Amino acid sequence: MAKAEEYRKNPINLTEVIITENQEISPGVHLISWKRKHDFIPGQVVKITLDPAIPPRIYSVCSGNNDPEISVLFNIKEDGVLTPNLSAVIPGMKIWATKPYGSFKDGKKPAWWIATGTGIAPFYSMFRSGISENKTLIHGVRKLDQFYFEDELEWAMGDRYVRCCSHEQSCNVFPGRITKYLEEIKGLPTDINYYLCGKAIMVVEVRDLLISRGVPYESILAEIYF
Amino acid sequence: MEALFGKTLNELTALAVELGLPKFTGKQMAEWLYQKDVSSIDEMTNLSKKAREILGGKYEFGLVNSTKVQESVDGTKKYLFPTVQGKFIETAMIPDDDRKTVCVSSQVGCKMGCLFCMTGKQGFQGQLTAGEIVNQIRNIPEWHDVTNIVYMGMGEPFDNLEEVLKSLEILTSEWGFAMSPRRITVSTIGIVPGMVTFLNQSEAHLAVSMHTPFDAERQTLMPVQVAYPLEEVIREIKSWDFGRQRRVSFEYIVFKGLNDSARHVQELCKILNGIKCRINLIRFHPIPGTPLEGTDENTLQKFKDQLNDKGILTTIRASRGQDIYAACGLLSTKELLGNQ
Repeated sequence: MAKAEEYRKNPINLTEVIITENQEISPGVHLISWKRKHDFIPGQVVKITLDPAIPPRIYSVCSGNNDPEISVLFNIKEDGVLTPNLSAVIPGMKIWATKPYGSFKDGKKPAWWIATGTGIAPFYSMFRSGISENKTLIHGVRKLDQFYFEDELEWAMGDRYVRCCSHEQSCNVFPGRITKYLEEIKGLPTDINYYLCGKAIMVVEVRDLLISRGVPYESILAEIYF
Repeated sequence: MEALFGKTLNELTALAVELGLPKFTGKQMAEWLYQKDVSSIDEMTNLSKKAREILGGKYEFGLVNSTKVQESVDGTKKYLFPTVQGKFIETAMIPDDDRKTVCVSSQVGCKMGCLFCMTGKQGFQGQLTAGEIVNQIRNIPEWHDVTNIVYMGMGEPFDNLEEVLKSLEILTSEWGFAMSPRRITVSTIGIVPGMVTFLNQSEAHLAVSMHTPFDAERQTLMPVQVAYPLEEVIREIKSWDFGRQRRVSFEYIVFKGLNDSARHVQELCKILNGIKCRINLIRFHPIPGTPLEGTDENTLQKFKDQLNDKGILTTIRASRGQDIYAACGLLSTKELLGNQ
């Protein structure tokens, strides 16, 4: 059908962008960047692909809205179509990307940002954009080297930056999963917003826990990686 | 051992050739697998004994029996099938006069995390193969009488696109179940690239889970809204020509005080303007720990009437099998927890 041909040509306004940087910030985890052409709201996502004939994947923007570049954070999925090749791009290479879009955005109200793994990306974007003043960031990972941007966040957010690690231990790091950390907090605030980003199971478990503690479901916004 | 069941004609033909069997063995195998009441390679009696021995040395027929069946007072049956990963999937068979509709699962668990869904509470456990999807139809006692199939069980079909498309090929091909694609509906949360491929490669009907026309509300119910906003889904659907035969519908669970107002009727009319479609209103049956409630019957009826009055064909889906955990995900979650 003609429609599919159109889709294959350019379904969603993908444009060519030139890679400016590709950093492996942790084993198997890359931060790639290209020059920013559009304004965006922290928390928004972009679709990217290496070939417009292949449906793009969606990633949260992981840079500030005043930064000169757009960055995305991803881990390599060995059986994936995109990430093994994306991890090999070098500055000067072209990829395809959309303008940032989406409605996962925080305002002035106090909030807790809760993320696992690379789900920290939208919150790092918010942090880089200067909206972390009355926010608490809780980041859950399996291994200590997965606390991406740790130094910068710890320096700037202090006690409002909470690290949870399920498989390794260190001082100033909660030993266990995010859900365990939240379960141990006696009085969770119920009059703030909660933003969750990560795999579905974390989002579902944390959302259920928050609701069971009296947080209105309308105050919980989630972005799921799939 | 690898299963033959779930392979397409091309795959069966290729493996026949690879095993040194005549090319037409592929077609013969397809007929035994998808059109006849047999369950072993030995019963494929128009294949030579030697061919069956060669096949049996490398492959198994591949049907998987259900481990539990529950029957509702209204005749609805829920089958629980084990998967290769030791998990469980659910299949519902819903009789209604001369129709028998089978509701199949496409994944074990789900990644989408919708607030109102029990399956999402399991998290994502794995993908189903085309064979495991089609097995849910072929391996229930009513399989000869199945009139309709809906992909509305556990999982998001377009997050397992390749296997779902393969299962549709098996169900609708002459060499397979030879069902009309107009008797099959695939339901999606709105994963746009998968939806486009499906619309291009299959003739089956499309159903989209909407549940509210407003972005902010939908985001609290369905995290997928961030990645694939409803606006993008609707824009994509509007660009396709749904002729007389092919149908697009929107699924709408009606929650008390959340999405059942006149404001919602107005917005639905606005965003669906120009799409020949129908809305299926669904009663919400609360799941454990949910903050949501189903709307009352009067409001539901009024909501339906208002939409019909505005020219959008709207129906209320009959609730079936409530006494047997018919809401998708309840039975398998219970079984999963029981095994842990």
